[in-house]
Amino acid sequence: MSKGKIFSGAFSAVGGFFDRFRRQSFAYPYVLWMALFVVIPIILIAVYAFTSSSGGFTLDNFSGMIDYAPVFVRSIWLAFVATVACILIGYPVALTISRMSPKNQRILIMLIMLPMWINFLLRTYAWMSLLENTGLINRFLASIGIFDLINSLHAGDLAYTPITHFQLINTDGAVVLGMVYNYLPFMILPIQSVIVKIDPFVIEAAQDLGANSRKVFRKIILPLSLSGVISGITMVFVPAVSTFVISKLLSNGTVMLLGDLIEMQFTGAAYNPHLGSAISLIMMVIVVICMSVMNKFGEGEEQAVVI
Amino acid sequence: MAKELIRLENCRKEFDGEVVLDSISLAIQDKEFLTLLGPSGCGKTTTLRIIGGFLRPDSGTVIFDGVKINDVPPHKRKINTVFQKYALFTHLNVFENIAFGLRVQRPKLSEEEIARRVQESLELVALKGYEKRSVSQLSGGQQQRVAIARAVINRPQVLLLDEPLGALDLKLRKDMQRELKQIQQQVGITFIYVTHDQEEALTMSDTVVVMNKGEIQQIGTPLDIYNEPKNAFVADFIGESNIIDGVMVSDNTVRMYGRNFQCLDKGFSPNEPVDVVVRPEDIDIVEVSQGQMTGTVTEVTFKGMQYDIIVDFQGFKWLIQTTDHSPVGAKIGVKIDPDGFHIMKKSEYSGLYGDYSSYSAEYDELSAAPDDGGQEDE
Repeated sequence: MSKGKIFSGAFSAVGGFFDRFRRQSFAYPYVLWMALFVVIPIILIAVYAFTSSSGGFTLDNFSGMIDYAPVFVRSIWLAFVATVACILIGYPVALTISRMSPKNQRILIMLIMLPMWINFLLRTYAWMSLLENTGLINRFLASIGIFDLINSLHAGDLAYTPITHFQLINTDGAVVLGMVYNYLPFMILPIQSVIVKIDPFVIEAAQDLGANSRKVFRKIILPLSLSGVISGITMVFVPAVSTFVISKLLSNGTVMLLGDLIEMQFTGAAYNPHLGSAISLIMMVIVVICMSVMNKFGEGEEQAVVI
Repeated sequence: MAKELIRLENCRKEFDGEVVLDSISLAIQDKEFLTLLGPSGCGKTTTLRIIGGFLRPDSGTVIFDGVKINDVPPHKRKINTVFQKYALFTHLNVFENIAFGLRVQRPKLSEEEIARRVQESLELVALKGYEKRSVSQLSGGQQQRVAIARAVINRPQVLLLDEPLGALDLKLRKDMQRELKQIQQQVGITFIYVTHDQEEALTMSDTVVVMNKGEIQQIGTPLDIYNEPKNAFVADFIGESNIIDGVMVSDNTVRMYGRNFQCLDKGFSPNEPVDVVVRPEDIDIVEVSQGQMTGTVTEVTFKGMQYDIIVDFQGFKWLIQTTDHSPVGAKIGVKIDPDGFHIMKKSEYSGLYGDYSSYSAEYDELSAAPDDGGQEDE
């Protein structure tokens, strides 16, 4: 009898081990994937960044980057503007959606996701045909006589050259517009999902204690939804700072961003994967710094995902 | 003694065509501890939310201190609430949670004034020294105290408490019951307390309002409610009751099981059918020969302070609480003193309650009640 007990005890211990082993093993494919396609490439980037084309160790790739400082500044600035615009547009939308009935919420969320079902390139091309000098917007403005009106205001001014269109495409504004358009859902969704989770009794408690709706928003809803804003910032700023398709299509190369610069080092005439890797590495560092600063703001709340 | 502070007149509320409150009228005195007691879905939380201003009655009037307040929003009422799950502000520490009601006031209060009053409140709930703690680090009982301190900081005239002790364990609940009563006496304001726990209601209240199906069944002191229940629902919901069909032969005489018993009730018409309530603790077990009735013990449960025994009297099972042990199968006699009977008029609840044939099942239900009471009502 006691033998049987020992035996069954050992057996269940073995069973527990196998259980744990089996559960862990579910993660192996992903761990392998991460190792092959994330960790190793990052190591390769680092190796490339610190070597010259002849294979020796060098810091030239980094010192040479100073020439591209304006590109860094422009990339970060435009991504920052786009992120702020996304917050300003996205937060009120998220707040409004979260106050609707669950059914309407689902419909609106679907509408917001809808553009994402269309190919990213196609969406951006569509903006091109809207913003071009002979694009839909300019043609519409011409047809209602806006340009004639402006030109007539300057009648008699000899130094004035009559205009036939507004310069919309190939501007910083066009690039920011492309970023906002493409990344706005990533701002709205995390904010909305955090706001709907706020306990309605907490809001009632604030009203109960004498807060009117403005104070309820400022003192309760806004601070409690900050973690969503931070996730949103991460999800907008990171792709915006590294994009190259948007700037390429909507600026035709006139607004060069980090993404374009890196792309050029790998595919363009300027072929230099060592410089490209160094820039990528620095960009990664910038992103990590930005995110950890953001996480500081959200302290105590659930932490935003780093990268 | 006290003056009337709140009056509900014919308040009615429907949700999606379902009547949750059926024209209830209720007067609440200043500085009293009033409990709305009833099972899940009886309308007690709805009543509380109407008083708090979170719901508007479909019809009827809410009067506060002589003024109609149907349209006054919650933040303008001199009423504060302790919510069921505390609803603390998780992004603020203990101090700021309690200070919230002061900080939203205009004109602004000075920091010293705020600090002083928060300290007062913390002292009231015995939480001094916890100012800087995050509320998520506190135990359930401590969170409860923060919720109370936060709710009394604005010195409301009325404090509404929505099953505030529901999430606490039994021992802590008992301590908090005593403490809440003390706090109420100390701050000297009206407490309106919602619970489904009859013992809690009896322990703390000055007045108990028993509700069921959106209607008030009985209003009275705990003693009245227990000793003089108005109908079978109240008798069954408050404590344990054997409820038997009987006939009021004449004043002071009730007939059941084919024989007459002496009782103290009067004022019924001759031979009026009635419900007879006998509390399990009012029944004495005696020798068969000396008993007014004889029955067979079918079940015995040891409860610590007493035995709960189920006795079969001609097919109707009674619950008797006694300190003497009688074995299952024993024939026993019982004796009931005249003051052990309480006679009620027949009501819609007659015949629904008071038979202990399914005794054990009912007890399981009772012990499960505090948990399912979590997501109460509407």
